Amino acid sequence: MPVADAGLLPPAPVAERLAADAFAPAPSNPAGDVVRLTDIRRSFGATAALNGVSLSVRKGEILGIIGRSGAGKSTLIRCLNGLERPDSGQVLIEGRDTTRLSERELQPLRRRIGMIFQHFNLLSAKTVADNVALPLKIAGQSRRERLQRAAELLDLVGLAEKAGSYPSALSGGQKQRVGIARALAARPALLLSDEATSALDPETTRSILALLKDINRRLGLTIVLITHEMEVVRAIADRLVVIDAGRIVEEGPVWKVFAEPRSHITQSLLEASRPRLPPAIAGRLSDVPTGEAILRIDAAGEAAEAPFLAQLAAAVPGGFRLIHGGVDHIQDHPVASLFLGVAAAHASEAVAFLQARAVKVELIGHVQDDD
Amino acid sequence: MSKTMIDLFLRSLWETILMTGASGFISLVAGLPLGLALIATERGGIAENVWLNRLLAAIVNGFRSVPFIILLVALIPLTRLIVGTSIGTWAAIVPLSIAATPYYARIAEVSLREVDHGLIEAARAMGGNRWTIVREVLVPEALPGLVAGFTVTLVTLVGASAMAGAIGAGGLGDLAIRYGYQRFETAVMTWVVMVLIVLVCALQWLGDRLVARLDHRG
Repeated sequence: MPVADAGLLPPAPVAERLAADAFAPAPSNPAGDVVRLTDIRRSFGATAALNGVSLSVRKGEILGIIGRSGAGKSTLIRCLNGLERPDSGQVLIEGRDTTRLSERELQPLRRRIGMIFQHFNLLSAKTVADNVALPLKIAGQSRRERLQRAAELLDLVGLAEKAGSYPSALSGGQKQRVGIARALAARPALLLSDEATSALDPETTRSILALLKDINRRLGLTIVLITHEMEVVRAIADRLVVIDAGRIVEEGPVWKVFAEPRSHITQSLLEASRPRLPPAIAGRLSDVPTGEAILRIDAAGEAAEAPFLAQLAAAVPGGFRLIHGGVDHIQDHPVASLFLGVAAAHASEAVAFLQARAVKVELIGHVQDDD
Repeated sequence: MSKTMIDLFLRSLWETILMTGASGFISLVAGLPLGLALIATERGGIAENVWLNRLLAAIVNGFRSVPFIILLVALIPLTRLIVGTSIGTWAAIVPLSIAATPYYARIAEVSLREVDHGLIEAARAMGGNRWTIVREVLVPEALPGLVAGFTVTLVTLVGASAMAGAIGAGGLGDLAIRYGYQRFETAVMTWVVMVLIVLVCALQWLGDRLVARLDHRG
């Protein structure tokens, strides 16, 4: 899915100026991990929201955390800025353990962590510019400095002309842009995104994701986002963590997880965005090994770059028919997912041929010819 | 109406405005912090303290359940301590304020509780402390409701101040009872009621105008 949305983005010099003065790496962080969680546990009453989560977030990456509702992802992201305190485990932010800090000691640290929310959480009684400037007011900057910085950031998110408006006059997408500007105001080392696009329509979602990706790329800002939508992760994340029932069930580069989801939570989360066998054929599948065999093919990376279909057509007598599917590009890696039909007599031959070329094949059944 | 009657009328109007204004001001200054304390100390509040919350709630409920006319008499020793006398307009301001403060605290509490919890979370995520949350989030976001509630309190005080005639506080209500009701002077009664209607309408109109200007929730 394309995420280009250049029309809504500010001219490059603005972002570069911001990048030059604003987002210098934190001096106290030689290791390169912005966040490191070790065995985080958190329970609410008898239910364990987080059940031993360990993960690290590298400087400059976009980490997507995905899970169903109730999987513990909200609790997890709130542990990163201390809005939620784990019962046990260690939360290292730029090398400092935040679990030992008091609420008062956490406050300056939270200023290094921006956060955006599903429902934007803008203050209705303040103008757009005052909303963006609020983190700076909290940090004790003068009004002149605050408003100057707010103007820069509104420029960055493409809303310079809305500075004097109140949030109620903005659309959902504009509100989230203000939320992003506000989260960036105090020059954070880390941006947390809590279902930031879940309340937006698909088109606005794409433009907000494009903005986040752009900020990540141009300013080198580390982003952790939680979502229940695979499309969000696929559009902008570098790495993906799947959580279920308070545990990490799968982790890896986005394209790899998309190509080869191992846990069935991941598989079911991916279900909607992967090609599916057309119902007319799915309804006629049987185990009787005659007629036409239906193969499900998954290939990614190098395997998908090779001309395996052409080779298969040449190698199997009678060739095959392409039923459904295509090749997707995730993080610039080809990820192919196809359904093929071959004559049942040559099915095992075709499977062996493809497996020899590092292509994942599954014989999912047979379809008999209608008489 | 005679010259003496007009003077009496104007003096009574001024006494009503003074009682309403002074006790209204005190109920705002004391009731808003009390309302903030009620929501801050409740379970899940920004300064959770369940025992303090129960104590404050008990005090508020206690004062609110005593009929005003009883409170007026019961507070005479306190009034004498503060004002030096238990009779007159200034003496009435003490029990009026003490009755209006918990009343406004409850009204303020309702408006403050309606502030979206997500906004408080956002302020915390920015590194704000409790004072930031009160000053930048709770009070500004609840302001339209706080102003509307204060208007209600003022109008209630206009009515309550009539009872303060019982301790010689004067005011329009007292004038209506003594001249209009007890002496059957219907003209005085009619005038008083008309002026009270105008006063209440004016207060409500001003309050509504202010709320409309402050409300940006769209």
